[in-house]
Amino acid sequence: MIYDVAIIGGGVIGCTLARELARYRLNVVLVEKECEVGFGTSKSNSGIIHAGHHSSVGTLKGRLEWDGNQRWDDLCRELGFGFERIGELTVAFSEDQYKTLEELLAQGQAKGVPGLEIWEADRVRAEEPALAEGVAAALHAPTAGVINPYEACFALVESARANGVEMRVNFPVQGLSAVDDGWIVKGSDAEIKTRFVINAAGVFSDWVAEMAGVGGFRIHPRKGEEYLLDKRLKGYVKRIIFPVPTPTSKGILVIPTFDGTLMVGPTAHETEDRDDITTTMAGSDEVFNNVRRVVPGISERDCIAEFAGLRAAADGEDFIIGPTKVKGFINVAGIQSPGLTAAPAIATMVADILRDEGLAMEENADFVSTIPPQVRFATLPVEEQIRLAREDSRYGHIVCRCEHVSEKETLDAIQRGAHTLDGIKFRTRAGMGRCQGGFCTWRCMELLSQELGLPMTEITKRGGGSWILRPREDGGQP
Amino acid sequence: MITRAPRHIESVYDVVVAGGGPAGLAAALGAREKGAEKILIIDREQEAGGILWQCIHSGFGLHHFKEELTGPEYAQRYLEDVLESGIDVLTDTFVADVDRDKRLKLMTGHDGIKVVEGKSVILSMGARERTRGAIRIPGTRPSGVMTAGLAQKVVNMHGYLPGKRVVILGSGDIGLIMARRLTLEGIEVAGVFEIMPHANGLSRNIVQCLHDFDIPLHLSTTVSEIHGRDRLEKVTVAPVDGQFRPQTDRAWDIECDTLLLSIGLIPENELSRQLNLRFDPVTSGPVVNSCMETSMDGVFAGGNVVHIHDLVDFVSQESLLAGRNAGLYVTGERPPVDNVRLSPGENVAYCVPHTISTDRPHTVYFRVRKPLEKCSIRFGDVLEKKLSYVFPAEMVTLKVKPQFLENFHGDALSIDVVPRD
Repeated sequence: MIYDVAIIGGGVIGCTLARELARYRLNVVLVEKECEVGFGTSKSNSGIIHAGHHSSVGTLKGRLEWDGNQRWDDLCRELGFGFERIGELTVAFSEDQYKTLEELLAQGQAKGVPGLEIWEADRVRAEEPALAEGVAAALHAPTAGVINPYEACFALVESARANGVEMRVNFPVQGLSAVDDGWIVKGSDAEIKTRFVINAAGVFSDWVAEMAGVGGFRIHPRKGEEYLLDKRLKGYVKRIIFPVPTPTSKGILVIPTFDGTLMVGPTAHETEDRDDITTTMAGSDEVFNNVRRVVPGISERDCIAEFAGLRAAADGEDFIIGPTKVKGFINVAGIQSPGLTAAPAIATMVADILRDEGLAMEENADFVSTIPPQVRFATLPVEEQIRLAREDSRYGHIVCRCEHVSEKETLDAIQRGAHTLDGIKFRTRAGMGRCQGGFCTWRCMELLSQELGLPMTEITKRGGGSWILRPREDGGQP
Repeated sequence: MITRAPRHIESVYDVVVAGGGPAGLAAALGAREKGAEKILIIDREQEAGGILWQCIHSGFGLHHFKEELTGPEYAQRYLEDVLESGIDVLTDTFVADVDRDKRLKLMTGHDGIKVVEGKSVILSMGARERTRGAIRIPGTRPSGVMTAGLAQKVVNMHGYLPGKRVVILGSGDIGLIMARRLTLEGIEVAGVFEIMPHANGLSRNIVQCLHDFDIPLHLSTTVSEIHGRDRLEKVTVAPVDGQFRPQTDRAWDIECDTLLLSIGLIPENELSRQLNLRFDPVTSGPVVNSCMETSMDGVFAGGNVVHIHDLVDFVSQESLLAGRNAGLYVTGERPPVDNVRLSPGENVAYCVPHTISTDRPHTVYFRVRKPLEKCSIRFGDVLEKKLSYVFPAEMVTLKVKPQFLENFHGDALSIDVVPRD
């Protein structure tokens, strides 16, 4: 089988592209080195769909940000993941910072971003009473929104696969060879033949470009640490709160995530080590000290979890999207912020590139744009909960007590592809609450064991060597 | 399976008990004793008894039964009484919501969503364990990091082993018990690390779980970093300074595949917050009067949900009182309102209950902030009691009799723990 397109990298870019290419009669395969899509940088993404005014029109980022922003409503409607335009405020504490707000306002208006408005101190205080007294003004951008990026990845891939796209996980790309009219993509124990290769390998996209003999850029990973706060703070701020930005970072934010948990961060520090997703004491101090200046009521005592991810920042800091000097190898690299926002626009741009490069793109008349909706039991009205639980008693059986996730939802997640505790966690929220899996870990493991026919000692946190329970020396099973 | 599901869940009960651990079981019996007729206990596990089921070690009931029982044996005694009393026990059921009309929305394992109403409600949801995120241990996020209680459940109730070489952070009782338990399973326990300059568990556990097994206890030391991509590979430990920050220049690494966290218990008050009850920020539990009644009429609370206990005997004692008063509430007999506010004074972190009355005997529970030898408990000017030592890990009980308060005419008393003159 020779594929038309092999997408290297199952992050949000690869997933969005896979779903876009599913609209055409093509043989497409998405390869991902982790055990699930989105398990690299994308699951650590802040989940913000940026308002559209953050990047300048002179950059590819700038041109794709607003275009991308506008496409998320359709995606959310078709694929059922959560998305809400909660708006954002960039806050200014001084005259200089006020000038920056005006620049951002002008930048956004030049791109046609609607609704941008500078609020003076009184208005800011009335709308967001939790902000510090010293806030002089804020730029309000109502078009900003929040999603759970991992949910988007799962939904996009589910839709892509339902329309014929193949997915191979646990497939680290270890080599690329150019052959007549295409490429051989080498994994650790399998090979794929394809006409076109899309390099959407994120933090490793420069290594993949080297494998193709193209090179041409370097990724200098920039780590961001994020801290999740107790749900008790839900609604403490209503919009995403930004400080005035710096050249390399949008700054440390207060993000009301789609599910209502407040998240603070990210930091932005370059690292040589492409595996370094550690959280640090310095990072924690930096986040909470900065956040406190803007929202004084937030403190470390509210923290329930933390994580970090690596931005795939390329030299020049802009996206690198386009064909290369080698036939059939297309870069979609250096996708850092606003990459998530721009993803749907990047996907159509890459489809156009493929067409220009000679790939016949015949529309798939059987393309189905929707996927079966996912039940989120905890968010349903009680009459609906009663009805569902009467139809299937497993809806009434709790698995995660903090997030009120039912057994039926957990089983559905397993059926839809979760084979690990993290897979269940990112699909259902089981394990994300204040007890951090203290209650639900065992129940989730039992369900995984039962559904996958695996002994408990083979259940992992997120694939690879992340076993939970150790086998006994005598091989006995309890 | 000891408990049998009731054939029919009614819609209104005299008393609904949220949580069927030792607190809920004792409270239900107290309510029955004082005349409540229809009582429902709700518990999220397959069997009521709460955390006791996984506490297979002995040491329970020394005060209450004057015997040394294991956790399950203690639970069994109560469960038998509860069932004999005709109290309904609904297991495998989770209380999802409660409102100020005392209606509780239940997610039952087998019978869908049900709404029940209690003329009175007893909150006995117990506590959860503090997790890694709450103390923000830097490093990676591999598997192999779990709370000591989860490890205890996995080992004791399901027969699995968490790993081969373990480090335990926190000298709380659960960690100490697990240090011994894992050693008995042939697992190597490299050490117990405690950030405070003193141990946090009961003295008998330090002796019987650590000293008796030559497991080192490092005080004023914490885990400063976690390493390992998929599974834990090692931890970095470091002594801490006066502000409890790790001194990384004096750190060292310990290879291990399991890190157990025994860093404290947090009262599980989600339902209490839904009721907008008044809270004590030190205990993280609801403010209660001498009837163990919260700031909402007819809502009582007992056990770890109010304040973290060390001994289940006092959980039972306190919750029996809560239950009796719930029973009295339902039958219309209420004791007089409390007339004295209690407050924690010198070296006292908190005291429960938060108010008492001068006409009845009370047991007041409190904890000190710092260890002290040869000290006195001063209960206002009314009572002084000598103790040879106190420390934060061991809750102190003070029996207050009406005759002590005969000549007291104020409305507030403070509890102080001071060195003896």
